[in-house]
Amino acid sequence: MNKVINNVTEALVGIEDNMTLMLGGFGLCGIPENSIAELVKIGVTGLTCISNNAGVDDFGLGLLLQNKQIKKMISSYVGENDEFERQMLSGELEVDLIPQGSLAERCRAGGAGIPAFFTPAGYGTEVAEDKEVRTFNGKPHILESALTADFAIVKAWKGDTEGNLVFKATARNFNPMMAMAGKVTIAEVEELVPAGGLNPNEIHTPGIFVQRIFQGEKFEKRIEQRTTRTK
Amino acid sequence: MALDKKGIAQRIAQELRDGWYVNLGIGIPTLVANYIPVGIEVEFQSENGVLGMGPFPFEGEEDADLINAGKQTITTMKGASFFDSATSFAMIRGQHVQLTVLGAMEVSENGDIANWKIPGKMVKGMGGAMDLVASADNIIVAMMHSNRAGVSKLLKKCSLPLTGVGCVKKVVTDLAVLEIREGAFHLVERAPGVSVEEIQSKTEGNLIINGEVPEMSL
Repeated sequence: MNKVINNVTEALVGIEDNMTLMLGGFGLCGIPENSIAELVKIGVTGLTCISNNAGVDDFGLGLLLQNKQIKKMISSYVGENDEFERQMLSGELEVDLIPQGSLAERCRAGGAGIPAFFTPAGYGTEVAEDKEVRTFNGKPHILESALTADFAIVKAWKGDTEGNLVFKATARNFNPMMAMAGKVTIAEVEELVPAGGLNPNEIHTPGIFVQRIFQGEKFEKRIEQRTTRTK
Repeated sequence: MALDKKGIAQRIAQELRDGWYVNLGIGIPTLVANYIPVGIEVEFQSENGVLGMGPFPFEGEEDADLINAGKQTITTMKGASFFDSATSFAMIRGQHVQLTVLGAMEVSENGDIANWKIPGKMVKGMGGAMDLVASADNIIVAMMHSNRAGVSKLLKKCSLPLTGVGCVKKVVTDLAVLEIREGAFHLVERAPGVSVEEIQSKTEGNLIINGEVPEMSL
């Protein structure tokens, strides 16, 4: 099944105002940067974005925030983005902060047909407000519901024409779960190969979860915290 | 003399045991990796998806695709592995990680911890901290005894929004090692040259002192 799309513009066809999007990545690592640039270009607004972070002020999802295209963020950490913090504290931006593991599992559950699950994370905190609490093995847990999205946009290292994906190092992060949870999943890859070009034993995300795949034109892959040691 | 951040990390490193998988939070906890005792092998987990985290790369060898939970460029050790975020938190919630070390803004005498939000002022988000503290059996908090304004961070009750409830069992500060049990801080060790009186005066929560309190050996 050939899922190849020519370019980012065609890949994002169908994304409209007020939709819910999932975007892979952790910090600036493994984010679909070509698609984010295109979202800025097409100017869709009122978006609900599910993504662990919101990038930095001038890269990643920060670009959509600057442009006021995002109505609501569902994230776990916003620490490195001043504009995010400003919009959140001023009430311009609706924000649902949830524990990172719960975010990952809620995406996984959404893709796996599990409507909700119990987790100990967040019990006794603000996160537990209005959520059902149940005790298992003597320990209280809270009920977290699955997340899905109109479109999931993920970034992979390599992909084939069938939509099979391989990620590199820690750029994997949320991408595989989000790929599962999108009604339509768009994968942007650094290298697109023909079917048979990837070893089936080493596929991270099977092509069934991906509807559209394209090779990104360029990847800046900005580093957020460049830390080194001396020889 | 009170310890500096490196000293706190050095003291926490003494808690490491051979064969443990360890998750280190951002800040002082990250420094613990620099003081692994001789003869002990541990593997560091970073919740963004790596086991077997190594030191920072040499200049020019940074890889944007290889970072830790603090978004810093890192390297991997031989035998390392990468995985997605759901698998990563399965390791954490499933208690496959033996020790979690993290920072805090406040800790209370019953083991509550607050480290993600100052209402109206600062919102960083909890990241993986709520999953970590809710699940880990063995949590050590690394922090300064008082905040910048000189106010104790070891309290009767946390004033900030909580990250977890009744989960912290040990705290290592610039002044002391304390264990939390039965609703109180128990003073276990003092930093070299720091008096019990000073620790007492800088601890707002219930502090239990039993007999002679030894100095840390670093």
